[in-house]
Amino acid sequence: MITVKKLVKRFGLKTILRGLDFEVQPGEFVALLGPNGAGKTTFLRILASLSRPSLGEVRVAGYRLPNEAAQVRARLGVVSHQPLLYGDLSAEENLRFYARMYNIADMDARITEVLDMVGLESRRRDLVRTFSRGMQQRLAIGRAVLHDPDVMLFDEPYTGLDQDASSMLDEVLKTVAAQGRTVVMTSHDLARAEELATRFDILSRGVITSSATRKQLKKSNLLTFYKEALAG
Amino acid sequence: MANNVNRVTTTVTADRRSQSGLRTRPSGNFFKAVSAVIWKDILAEYRSLELVSAMTVFSLLVIIIFNFALDLDIKMRQTVTAGVLWATFSFAGTLGLNRSMSVEKDRGCLDGLLLAPVDRSAIYFGKAISNLAFMLLVELIVLPVYSVLYGMNLFLPGLLMVILLGSIGYVGVGTLLATMSVQTRTRDVLLSILLFPVILPVLLPAIIASNGFLAGSALADILFPLAILIAYDVIFIAVAFMVFDNVVEE
Repeated sequence: MITVKKLVKRFGLKTILRGLDFEVQPGEFVALLGPNGAGKTTFLRILASLSRPSLGEVRVAGYRLPNEAAQVRARLGVVSHQPLLYGDLSAEENLRFYARMYNIADMDARITEVLDMVGLESRRRDLVRTFSRGMQQRLAIGRAVLHDPDVMLFDEPYTGLDQDASSMLDEVLKTVAAQGRTVVMTSHDLARAEELATRFDILSRGVITSSATRKQLKKSNLLTFYKEALAG
Repeated sequence: MANNVNRVTTTVTADRRSQSGLRTRPSGNFFKAVSAVIWKDILAEYRSLELVSAMTVFSLLVIIIFNFALDLDIKMRQTVTAGVLWATFSFAGTLGLNRSMSVEKDRGCLDGLLLAPVDRSAIYFGKAISNLAFMLLVELIVLPVYSVLYGMNLFLPGLLMVILLGSIGYVGVGTLLATMSVQTRTRDVLLSILLFPVILPVLLPAIIASNGFLAGSALADILFPLAILIAYDVIFIAVAFMVFDNVVEE
């Protein structure tokens, strides 16, 4: 579903990604872990077609970036630590706006379905600026799945959420993954990553240094694996 | 919520697989995306009134300050009117352009727009048209106030046409430069520094043509600055259309 070969990303003289290779099979849930500045967000922005690769090959859902970016974007949902929502619009209006941008058929029914999924049906007419951070993040997930993408990218979705909001987000994330989507999530929260993901990749200094599936991890825990990967 | 989640999981999974993950209809989306951006901007502005109120108050302050500062006789007022009007519209326009793009950047909404599977020039045209609507609204408020303060009739069809053409050129290039500047740390000052040198080819013929209509000159004398104004409008919008994708992508 996602194939990345020898990806390099430079900003001026600074090289962020240094020949990164990465592959995700359909239906996999990959947690991309690593320290601050490792290049996780940059990598996700390239997969989301928000940033151009300097060198290397990137394919998402069979389409090549950046040449076939529109086809990739039609099959991609992105959730970051920012909600990408308009505070002066209601929950429903935000989804209606994005539904029009994605030219979604049967818009009204889909908006209701998504609001129901993220548990915000009763607040559909309320302005987003009156929502708590957790509710905004749930609506952000609703926005991202509105067009029913095959691939979901989550960039630190738990940032700024309290315990209750994080637990609610867990439920929504599990739902999204259970629908057979391919998911890549960056996170500093190892416990949550361990609970949700089926594979764990460690990104350090611009390359994937280690990778393990949930089965392989059973012998150790994720924290030990993470520390060993960074030390190596 | 858990019940909802389970129920939706089952139904949506089957539904989604059958459609192979694509609810997005691939064609005919350009104008729909343009109209969606305009609808969103106008609705958000209707709720907050942040942009139009700031531009209007600023514009009114500028013309009031000019009114007291210049203390002119009627003939001189006629001479300076075009300059004062365009200086007012330009400064207020910068304020509006900055705010319009800051709203997109502050909550990451610009990324949300860029993630949509549409030609990115649709986003440019949507933002430019809504910015133009806000600028024209402010101009509609400013013109009668100016007419009263300066004792002049500004509701001349020719002058209104020049204001429309000048505003189109201003917003056309301003929206592009605001998109560039909003991605920098010095966005509050950078737009003015970038915009005013670039916008001069629009402002100068707009001022000359406005002066011509206010002075009651023959249409033949005004045609040349009008032609330049129209030419620059077309050039600026065409250039913005071509480079917008490169401006927004890292």
